[in-house]
Formats: sequence, structure tokens, C-alpha cells
Amino acid sequence: MSSEELNWTAVCKLGDILPGTGVCALVDERHVAVFRIGDAGVHAIDNIDPRSGASVLSRGLVGNLGEHIVVASPLYKNHFDLRTGECLEAPEHSVRAHHVRVCGDEVWVALA
Amino acid sequence: MLEPGSPRAQVSPGPTRGRMSDTSMKIVLVGHGMVGHKFLEELRQLQIPGAEVTVLCEEPRVAYDRVHLSEFFAGKTAEDLSLVAPGFFAEAGFTLRLGSRAAAIDRRARTVTTQDGVTLPYDKLVLATGSYPFVPPVKGSERDQCFVYRTIEDLEAMKAAGAISRKGVVVGGGLLGLECAKALRDLGLETHVVEFAPRLMAVQVDDEGGRILRSKIEALGVQVHTERNTVEITDGRSARHRMVFADGTHLETDMIVFSAGIRPRDELARQNALAVGARGGIAIDDHCRTSDAAILAIGECAAWRDQTFGLVAPGYEMARIAARQLAGDAQAAFGGADMSTKLKLMGVDVASIGDAHGRTPGCRSFRYADECKQVYKKIVVSADGKHLLGAVLVGNADEYGTLLQMALNSIALPADPEFLILPASDGKAKPGLGADALPDSAQICSCNNVSKGQICAAVGEGATTIGEIKACTKAGATCGGCVPLVTQVMKAEMARLGLSVNNHLCEHFPYSRQELYHLIRVGEIRSFEDLLARHGQGLGCDICKPTAASIFASCWNDFVLKGELASLQDSNDYFLGNIQKDGTYSVVPRMPGGEVTPEGLIAVGQVAKKYGLYTKITGGQRVDLFGARVEQLPAIWEELIAAGFESGHAYGKSLRTVKSCVGSTWCRYGVDDSVGLAIELENRYKGLRAPHKIKFGVSGCTRECAEAQGKDVGIIATERGWNLYVCGNGGMKPRHAELIASDLDKAALVRLIDRFLMFYVRTADRLQRTSTWRDNLEGGLDYLKAVLIDDSLGIGDELERQMQHVVDTYQCEWKTAITDPAVRKRFRTFVNDPRADQRIVFVEERGQIRPARAEERPAIENAEVEA
Repeated sequence: MSSEELNWTAVCKLGDILPGTGVCALVDERHVAVFRIGDAGVHAIDNIDPRSGASVLSRGLVGNLGEHIVVASPLYKNHFDLRTGECLEAPEHSVRAHHVRVCGDEVWVALA
Repeated sequence: MLEPGSPRAQVSPGPTRGRMSDTSMKIVLVGHGMVGHKFLEELRQLQIPGAEVTVLCEEPRVAYDRVHLSEFFAGKTAEDLSLVAPGFFAEAGFTLRLGSRAAAIDRRARTVTTQDGVTLPYDKLVLATGSYPFVPPVKGSERDQCFVYRTIEDLEAMKAAGAISRKGVVVGGGLLGLECAKALRDLGLETHVVEFAPRLMAVQVDDEGGRILRSKIEALGVQVHTERNTVEITDGRSARHRMVFADGTHLETDMIVFSAGIRPRDELARQNALAVGARGGIAIDDHCRTSDAAILAIGECAAWRDQTFGLVAPGYEMARIAARQLAGDAQAAFGGADMSTKLKLMGVDVASIGDAHGRTPGCRSFRYADECKQVYKKIVVSADGKHLLGAVLVGNADEYGTLLQMALNSIALPADPEFLILPASDGKAKPGLGADALPDSAQICSCNNVSKGQICAAVGEGATTIGEIKACTKAGATCGGCVPLVTQVMKAEMARLGLSVNNHLCEHFPYSRQELYHLIRVGEIRSFEDLLARHGQGLGCDICKPTAASIFASCWNDFVLKGELASLQDSNDYFLGNIQKDGTYSVVPRMPGGEVTPEGLIAVGQVAKKYGLYTKITGGQRVDLFGARVEQLPAIWEELIAAGFESGHAYGKSLRTVKSCVGSTWCRYGVDDSVGLAIELENRYKGLRAPHKIKFGVSGCTRECAEAQGKDVGIIATERGWNLYVCGNGGMKPRHAELIASDLDKAALVRLIDRFLMFYVRTADRLQRTSTWRDNLEGGLDYLKAVLIDDSLGIGDELERQMQHVVDTYQCEWKTAITDPAVRKRFRTFVNDPRADQRIVFVEERGQIRPARAEERPAIENAEVEA
């Protein structure tokens, strides 16, 4: 799918996200975690942690595990790849990764 | 009691074989200072058969730590400074005569007579008379309120004078003079240092180093006057004395301390025609023997090849040699001493190695000066550029260990020796020493004379942690200064033997938490970005980020949500609450000691009611409020703070609670005010970040109703003070706390807890409770006691200072958070929508809320997860 066909929503200013952290945005009523990671850019995945059902992934700590840029769920510390949504410890608990881009200082998200 | 006929009863009594010896040797030691005592310790270990040891000590007290004398002004007592373990003399069978000065020796009769007329025969006489402070010949130097700085009595007199003085002057800007200036400053006096030479520490540092040192010392509030030659002291106008200098200027002051160097106390030698050194001191040979073979001399009073040594390490070496000499070991020989020094003066690092002044013909130097950070470093290299001859380090002495070994072992310098002292850039590592470059004979630990070879041998025998190395070789066990090098040697040897131990924190940092702590503390690193750039790689992770954040907080104690620090915090610390299974948070206001007023309790109740929170009493004697949504937290805390509450830090790896029983105030059995102490301690340590949570308990009597022995720090009142227990734990693996000190007064108790907590913070692994830390501590309880009580690592002061910094910079994080609009803004569910999280659903149970179980939740929510 090319980016022209996606339904983009402006969720916040880049400055609203402290570097190295995430926020939760509501995009078409879906909870989306949007992360800002220094040079590694902006990423978006589902905010709901499949293991607990709680809407918390944006509150996890981000970093990298080897090649993966990840967030650790604040509840059970399982890691999600920010580019794919894959749960590294338990692939059955993977989430969806969404499209995200920065135009000017505006952060846009499009659901995948 | 033995039953008749039991095996033991059949052993016939009789003299124990081997105890009696027909060759008795009477040893008299004159002087019980640091070196004298070291000699006794060595003697005791050697167990010379038939030795009868008598010690004459001029001072009214046993040997104490003169190296750390200035700590007397920072609150240490004479007992704290004592070097003598309780029961030492009784157990060793040595006779001690306190307040007993040796006045005369009769070499022919081999007797020594004290000033009070007691005559003692000797076979071997050991002189360890030390030195006396040199007072320059200045008219008026004998006036009242003029002191020298040598004994505890001198310090007591200074302390008394300090109480009635406003201004104080130290004459002498050398090593001791600056120590002394610190003491005056600690007494709260306006402090001046008057130095004859053009710079401070003229012996150890050069002009440029002296200049940086001076500006650092002056920045600490001590005024420095160099090139001042005091000629007379007269009555002052605005103060007690006026010091008149040769250049016509003057300085008024209420008290004066002379610290212009020391002179060996060799009068006994001179009176008895023993040879003395060209510049004084009792002449000794390589075996510490004087010109009379029955008399030995050690320490500052001795002159070896016309050289006297004012440092403790060569004195200790002489003590070891003299003791072995008496035990019949003719091989033990003194080979001189390296006078390189590294010290911290009023928090300023100063180090000097070898030919610091570049006096070697043809030598050349490299210098690096940073006037912003006030750092100066110089290395002196040989004419051919191959070897390091000397160095001066001021403001930062990180390279001391490496440079010293290079100089001592004539290790070939790298091609660009300047990089040895230049700050590392672009993550390029400094040229290290490479432990492989050291010869086996290289002395790694000078305090305990441990060579590289001995450390390698210990590794070969299975010691693979620094704790094990310390325990079996003593390397690094005294001042601790060589520990990095010992570690390096140990690791190199382990690598050579193919042993590998990886205690790396995570893939981003090839260090343990303890190593990271030191890197942060020593490098004054305050941001994760900086830490990563200098010592790590990658982006970091949920292991190293909170660990670094915790260390930053322990070291610098900045607001945890300030700037970049916020991005390092676990969700609990980021939102200053405890995350629950449904993504809501619990809120715990601090109730120090478990004490709460009815008004406070009502206020908490009202907040809980208003926000519909589930309320439960915790095990730590406070109230936990559950079910708060992120966006409610600031408002909740605004109300709690208005009612007088502070953050309870229930979310942090930090001090949680100090549980107490009701104590002597109400309880008919209570011995002391446990609630009062608990409140005081909780207020002192609240906010302290640590490797894991910390809990205290204070019981008012031995019935122990506060269960203090199940806590990290437990305190139990006795009739004579407080007993301190440490490293207990409830939880998964209960462990009884262990008693480390009894009958403490409050000041001593607090000091010991300061040290304990900071030592734990400094050395524990990530998420290691005090109980596990203690179980893994090499050397166990004795080691812990030695570090905390006897200050065996010499870090007691530092630990206390670091704790005081944390105490002084405490802030209620919630108060800061709600008053900072930028921080407050982060407490929202959605960045783009003001609504609350509709997925949080509660049901009622026993009159309160609880999170809905999956089957109780509206079906739509589960559907969304699948969508």
C-alpha cells in the first residue's frame, strides 16, 4: 500500500513526545503508541499489551535488543519490536505496527 | 561438665609442650603510633617464641589513624580513629604502658628508663618515636591560641580555640597544612593558609599545578597567601593576633596552627651516641638496625641512606622488616620507597609521581591544562621519550594508577604519550597500561605489599572476583586505591587462563552495576547520552536505563523527571505511582514511622472517596490508594500535598518505610522512643534511590514488635542506646538481619546507617536487596563491619558526605512534578484526546472498586484487541 492511499491523522507535535519515550494517541478510536527515538526516528504500534489487555505500551522503556528497536511492556517486561510489532519473547502476543511520519513538526499516524 | 570415664577425662593434665621456651627475648617498643602498631601486628602474626613485648606510649591513648586525623573535626571521635582492635593487647599478651615516655637508654645495661622512673630491660629495642611538628622560629609563636597539628590532644585544643575564634590561619601550604585548613574550615572559621613558597604543595606539584590547586582551594572558601614569611606575631587590633610578614604586610587572626613540616624525633639516638642521618633521623641499615645492633628504628624517626620518610607506607614496610628481623629473617630488607602520592584535599584530587618537577637531565614534559574544569596534568618523560619519569595531576587523578605503574616498572611508553593525560574523545579509549605489560614483581597494592605475581597466583588458585582476591591476598583491602588496577590484573590473568566471567549489565554496557556506578561518580556523568557515548553502545534498554537513572539519582539527586532523565525511568518512576495490572496506578502518601494525625487520615480518606479509589493498609504502616488513572494523578497529589503529605516513594527502588512500634511514649515495656527515631530516620533517608527498595524497622524494646530484624535496616532500643541490625528481609526468602553494632547513641547510629546505605548503593548489583548483597559479599559480616565501623577502605567520610548530599537535596517529587507545567502535561491518557481510557473498567467488591475481570468487561474491548 503506498502512503497516498493511507488515512493519515495528525496526532501531536513532535515536541509533545519527550525523546526516548512514547505517548498514546487515539486514531479512529484505536489506542496507538507513538515513540520518538533519537536518530532511529518515530514509530507506532498498538498501545494495548495483549498479555494484560491494558493500554500501556506507550509507557514502556524503549531501546534496542540487538537489531531490534524495542519497547518493554511496563507490566510484564516483554519486548515489542517497534518496526514490526513482534513480541520477541512470545510471538503469539505480537501487536500491529502502524505507519507514522513527521511533517514539519507534526506527527502523523496511519493505521496499518 | 565431663562425666567420669568420658574420653576427655582420661587426658592427663600437664604442661603444654612447645609453650615454654628457654630462650626468652625481651622486646621493648618505644612509640605506639601507626608504624609502632603495625610492628606489633606483624610481631603478633609471626608469634616469635619466648618474645616478651612491652610498649611505651607517650600519648594517653593507643595508636590512632593520623592519616585521617582531620576527620576528627568532621565528627570522628578518638575511638573512631583508633587502630587497635579491642582486646588486642590482652590477646597478643603484650604489655602496654600508656602515658609513659622513654626518657633514657642505657645501651650497655640494655635498659630503657621512662620519665616516671621505671626501668625496663631489653634484648631488642625498637624505636618508633615518629616525628614532631616543626615550628618556624617566629617571635610570638609561643603565644596562646597558637597550635601545632599532630596529636588528638592538639586537635582537642584547636577545637576548643575554634569555638571562641572567628578567623584561623594555617602556616604551611603543604600536604598537612591543607589538611589542617580543611579542619579549620570544618570548625566554621574564616580560614587562611600562609605559605613561604610561591605555591601550594611545593614539593609535590609544579607552578601551573599549584595555580590550579590554589584556585580550587580558594573556590572552597580558603584564602591562600603565598610568598609570605612570617617574622613576628603580636597583638592584633581586630583579632587576637597580628601576623607580621617580611614584606611589611600583615594578617590578623584569632588562632594560628603551624604545619610547616615535620622533623624526626631522634633525641634518644643523639643522647646515646647512635648514628644519625645527615639531615636528622636515626640512621638505619637495610634491616632497620641502628648503629647498635640491639636497637632498631622504624617509621618517621628513622633515616635510611640519609633519607627520612613522612609517609605511612614506607613506615609500614619498615615495621614489617623489623618484625621479621626479630623473628630471625635476615633476608627482609628495606629498599627505599616511592614517594608518589595521591590524595584528596577538601575534595580536590592531587597526585604526584616520581620526578614531578622534571629535574632529570634531558627530560621533556607534556602538559594539559583545562582552566574551565580546573584540571591540570603533566607527565615527564625520559630524554629518549621511552619512559615515564614523573607526573603531576591536579583536579582529576584518574590516571594515577596507570602512570604510577608505568613509572615504577619502566614500561615502554606508547608512541603518543600525550594521550595518557588528554581527555578521551570520540569514544576512543585511552591507551591503557595493559596489565600484561607489568612484570610479575610489580607492586600493585602498596598498602599491603602485594605484587602482580601474587594476584595472578590467587587467580590460578580460583579467585575470580575482586572480593576473593582481596580476601586471599589483601590487595586493595586497605585504602582501595589500587582496586581498579587489581581488577585489571585479575581480568587479564583470567583471560590468559581462559576463564571468563561476564557480569555485564546488558548488551549496551560491558560493566557491572558497581563499575557503572564508579564510572558515573568519578566521571561526573549526569546524562545517559553522555554515559552511552563514553562507556556504552546502542540505544540502551529497560535494564540499563533505570539502572543509570538510579545511579544518577544516588549520586547527583536531580529531580527524576528532569529533562532526559525522565526517559530513563520505569513506568512507575515516570508516573510516580505503582502501575497495576489494568494500567491504573496506586498512590501512597508518606506517613513517616506510620504516624498519622486524624486530620491526615481524614484527608486521605476524602481524596480516596472523591476519586473513587480502593483503599488498603500496607505492611509498611501506611495507606495505599488504588485505581488512579494517569490523568488523575496530579490532581490527587495536589490535594494530598495541600493536606501536608509528601510522596511515599512506593513506586521507586528507594527507601520505602520505617516501621515502628509505639515505643516508650505509650508502651509500658518501651525502653526508648521508637516512633520518634523512626520518623527522624524516615525523613532523613526518604527519596534515596538504591539498587532495590529499602525498608527499616525500629522497635522500642527487645520484644521487637516492629519486626526490625526482618528489615534491611533494623534498630532495637536497649537500656544504653540502640542496637543496629542490617540486611534482613521478609518476602520470598526471609533472612534475619545481623547485629553490627550495639548501644549506639543517635549520632553514631545515623553515621553508621549513612555508611551502610551508601556502601550498599555503591556496590550492589541491580535489583539486589541488601540480604542477597550481604550473602554475596566477600568477607561477609566481618568485612562489612570493617568497612563500616573500622573504615578499613578509608571511604567512611566519603560515604557520609555522599549521603548528606542526598539528604540535603531531597525534594518531594510530586510537589516538583505538579508545579512544573511541562512535566504535568505528560500525565494524560491520550496525547490528542482529553478523554479518559474507556478500557479501564471497575466492578464493586466489598464496598470498594476492583479491576473488572476479562469475563466482566464489555465485549467490545476484547474485540478491539483482535481488530
